[in-house]
Amino acid sequence: MKADELYRKITWRKYVLLLSFAVTCIITLIIDISTGPAQLPILEVFKAIISPGQSDPTTHVIVWIIRLPMALMAISVGASLAIAGAEMQTILDNPLASPYTLGVSSAAGFGAALALVLGVGIIPNAETFLIPLNAFFFSMLACLLIFFISKMKGVSTETMVLAGIALLFMFNSLLALLQYLASEDELQAVVFWLFGSLLKATWPKLGIATSVLLITTPLLLRDAWKLTALRLGDEKAKSLGINVERLRLKAFVWISVLAAAAVCFVGTIGFIGLVGPHIARMFVGEDQRFFLPMSAFAGAALLSAASIGSKVIIPGAIFPIGIVTSFIGVPFFLALILLKRRGFW
Amino acid sequence: MRLEIEDLRFKYGSKPVLEGIEMQAMPGEITAIIGPNAAGKTTLLKCIAGLLKSEGKIMLNGREVKSFKKDEIKEYMSYLPQESFSHAVLTVFEAVLLGRLHSLSWRVSDDDLMLVSNILEDLEIDDLALRYLNELSGGQKQMVSIAQSLVREPKILLMDEPTSSLDLQHQLEVIDLIRDVTVERGITTLIALHDLNLAARYASRFVVMHNGSVYASGEPAFVLTSETVRHIYGVNSTVYIDGDGIPQITPKSSVRQRARRNRSR
Repeated sequence: MKADELYRKITWRKYVLLLSFAVTCIITLIIDISTGPAQLPILEVFKAIISPGQSDPTTHVIVWIIRLPMALMAISVGASLAIAGAEMQTILDNPLASPYTLGVSSAAGFGAALALVLGVGIIPNAETFLIPLNAFFFSMLACLLIFFISKMKGVSTETMVLAGIALLFMFNSLLALLQYLASEDELQAVVFWLFGSLLKATWPKLGIATSVLLITTPLLLRDAWKLTALRLGDEKAKSLGINVERLRLKAFVWISVLAAAAVCFVGTIGFIGLVGPHIARMFVGEDQRFFLPMSAFAGAALLSAASIGSKVIIPGAIFPIGIVTSFIGVPFFLALILLKRRGFW
Repeated sequence: MRLEIEDLRFKYGSKPVLEGIEMQAMPGEITAIIGPNAAGKTTLLKCIAGLLKSEGKIMLNGREVKSFKKDEIKEYMSYLPQESFSHAVLTVFEAVLLGRLHSLSWRVSDDDLMLVSNILEDLEIDDLALRYLNELSGGQKQMVSIAQSLVREPKILLMDEPTSSLDLQHQLEVIDLIRDVTVERGITTLIALHDLNLAARYASRFVVMHNGSVYASGEPAFVLTSETVRHIYGVNSTVYIDGDGIPQITPKSSVRQRARRNRSR
């Protein structure tokens, strides 16, 4: 078979893989909605979603008010974190990078703690949005600082990582200071926020997080070929006519917004942004046309599965999902590493 | 396209790296850029490729490069950097396809796929098409880079040490292919090479670089003399003309070594 025919065949296989991961997301979503203190039959869940008027009122409330926003938030945040991680690994040329590598999470944590401990908000009287707005503002601030430092010093991966690590330490120590000053109740609230939890999900918050995801993803996909070429190394990418510095900064801006919007509503949920992209890479490689959506599906499915896990570990209680993600993700990830022989970083 | 360079200058900070470079290269010919390490060969290629901003004139068919649109230049020129191997999880086919970056859209056109397929066959690496880059040997990676350069169908082809990690057989095969493509498609090819004998066999013209300027240029038979080799490389050698009328050199000793030995006597 000629090479181009083989390529076409592989491309089709990648589309099929994408589709199957998308279906997996839908399956975990449905199971997620039916799981909880009151176990709902999957058929009931379907009925409540498809024809909201005809379902039992209790089921209607459980599905529409409580579980659907949470379950969809898991999908949306999982996808956002994984995309942000995928692009962070791409632009920093580093397999250990995640959306949090450059201090996004510690800045968000500091912002949230500022609201929780001192009641200080960036926008006064924001009430329910006080904490997320603070978290979003500070993570964007961290990103802007890195952006300008990199612009001044030249946008190499090293400058960005070093600037990011410096900020990470700064925000971590500021956060520690606030924790030191906090009362016991406040401290508990801060720690709980840092765990990450989907319990804070509401329809408006879901709307905002999902809008950011739906706006930034096409913007990143528009540069799919260039981002793929960036993986050949700066020198080669430049010789292909890519303005490497501009591409790196542009992608960084979208990653920052995406990660900040996800983190600010649910707190810091680790692991997804690191592992989602690695799973995608194992299945479809790094052609960004497939790598990016595949990362999104992998991240969404993982977080959705973790959400189910968080509800079944202790029946009747909901575990903070930030703790569960690693419990579910690590064995799965290790199994993949052991079973697949190629397609790693 | 005829390539002419007049009074090209380049500085890294305040340190001049290239000074007063004058040279030309013709379509359908390989021009070899030779010279010792740090003579400025790579910098010269990068300046021509537009990756470094230089002063002076670089002209294509008599028209200054600066007056071309950026996209136009991208289409004309293809630059192959010295070994820069990535660990991207991309197949050989995907990596070579990236050479067509300027014409790629979401759906890859049949023409682009055919071009990639053909170049892989020409270089006899089509059996590697679905292998990942990180599974290849150094030489195989080098072949992929060369395929990536050629698939762009450039008018000006700039290559920095393209044969550095290839075995003898592959060196000859690759340069043979580059010469065929150069002649068939009327490409103006500039290759920085360390191997003087290989360069003499395949290049129509030599540009000899020394300390950031051009020491001599012209046909290999005129330029490649034992005097040039001694002056540029500090190596004593014998140069003879082989049966094909091509100058070949046999290095004898380093001038530095001999001087040291004489001193110790």
